Amino acid sequence: MNQWRNFIKGFIKENPVFVLFLGMCPTLGTTSSAINGIGMGLATTFVLVLSNVFISLTARFIPDKVRIPSYIVIIASFVTVVDLIMKAYTNTPGPNGEPSLYDNLGLFIPLIVVNCIVLGRAEAFASKNSVFSSFIDGFGIGLGFTFALFILGSVREILGSGTFLYPALNFKFIKGDGMLAFVLAPGAFLALGYLIAIMNIVKKRFAK
Amino acid sequence: MELILIIIGAVFVNNIVLSQFLGICPFIGVSGKVNTAIGMSGAVAFVMVIATVVTYLVQILLDKLGIPFMQTVSYILVIAALVQLVEIILKKVSPALYQALGIFLPLITTNCAILGVAILTYQKELDLVSGVVFAFANAVGFGLALVTFSGIREQLDLANVPKGMKGVPVAFIIAGILAMAFMGFANIV
Repeated sequence: MNQWRNFIKGFIKENPVFVLFLGMCPTLGTTSSAINGIGMGLATTFVLVLSNVFISLTARFIPDKVRIPSYIVIIASFVTVVDLIMKAYTNTPGPNGEPSLYDNLGLFIPLIVVNCIVLGRAEAFASKNSVFSSFIDGFGIGLGFTFALFILGSVREILGSGTFLYPALNFKFIKGDGMLAFVLAPGAFLALGYLIAIMNIVKKRFAK
Repeated sequence: MELILIIIGAVFVNNIVLSQFLGICPFIGVSGKVNTAIGMSGAVAFVMVIATVVTYLVQILLDKLGIPFMQTVSYILVIAALVQLVEIILKKVSPALYQALGIFLPLITTNCAILGVAILTYQKELDLVSGVVFAFANAVGFGLALVTFSGIREQLDLANVPKGMKGVPVAFIIAGILAMAFMGFANIV
């Protein structure tokens, strides 16, 4: 039961995006569609789980003074692994010549290394807890992050281009173009601002 | 001429915060007061230019050794070490500047704008001079967005904001409106 609570906390109570406001750069930068959001979330989850496990295994041997640089090196190694894997398997262009997932995420894949969520979990959780609970923690927080990116990506995709999970599901809600601003930069800020506000109100209702 | 295009492109058209989404954490975090925003922008400009020069040299070394896949690891290590070094040197050489920038320096290691600009310089295949100009222009763009934003947020303290929107949500809405304003610069370069 305790592990279940450990797993589930990343979704609502300690959601990195909506509650803790961590990892904002990839959240805003990669959610122009739901698929991109899921891709970014899963890549971060992968790094988060592996670095959490590895750091909880090695935390005993790392001297306290050099722990942050050591964590950064461990995280950066796993980010390189993800980068190479995604370059190999997600680099095929879409059916109508859209850029591939790897191209869409672009700069933000190497930038997982400076994502505060990953270093934050390493420092706050993995360095102090057992391997198994660090694994569960990384998995839960990672999926919570993916969940947030999926919601934001869906909102922006539905409003901005009138599709949902394109190109996996190929249908359009609206004729012609959507509100283009939601696919571009301003929509990211607006949509996230309103989503956080809605989360605040929902949380207050639940607390009563 | 090409350098002027790089500057206008980085400051206005592809503003690092408002259209590339790099450095959002300090953008939301330290934008409460105009003074801290100016200090943060100064520290970022300082580190960004030095980091771009150093990572440019590291990249030459990586290419020579034939290990380009070590890019992410070596860049972030170099930047982390560099920030520490700058902090130590600044403390000794110019205590006044350290007073102004000191508290922001540790925050900069995990500022994705620094690593982002270093990688972008590599991806755009800029040479050393245009790389430095590109880094500095991006830092100016960061400062422009941050100082404008903090000015608006200072005024916002006096405004009557709906309950659920207080704090971070309304900051994002304002950032969205600012981003819309900066979209007006699109396609001029």
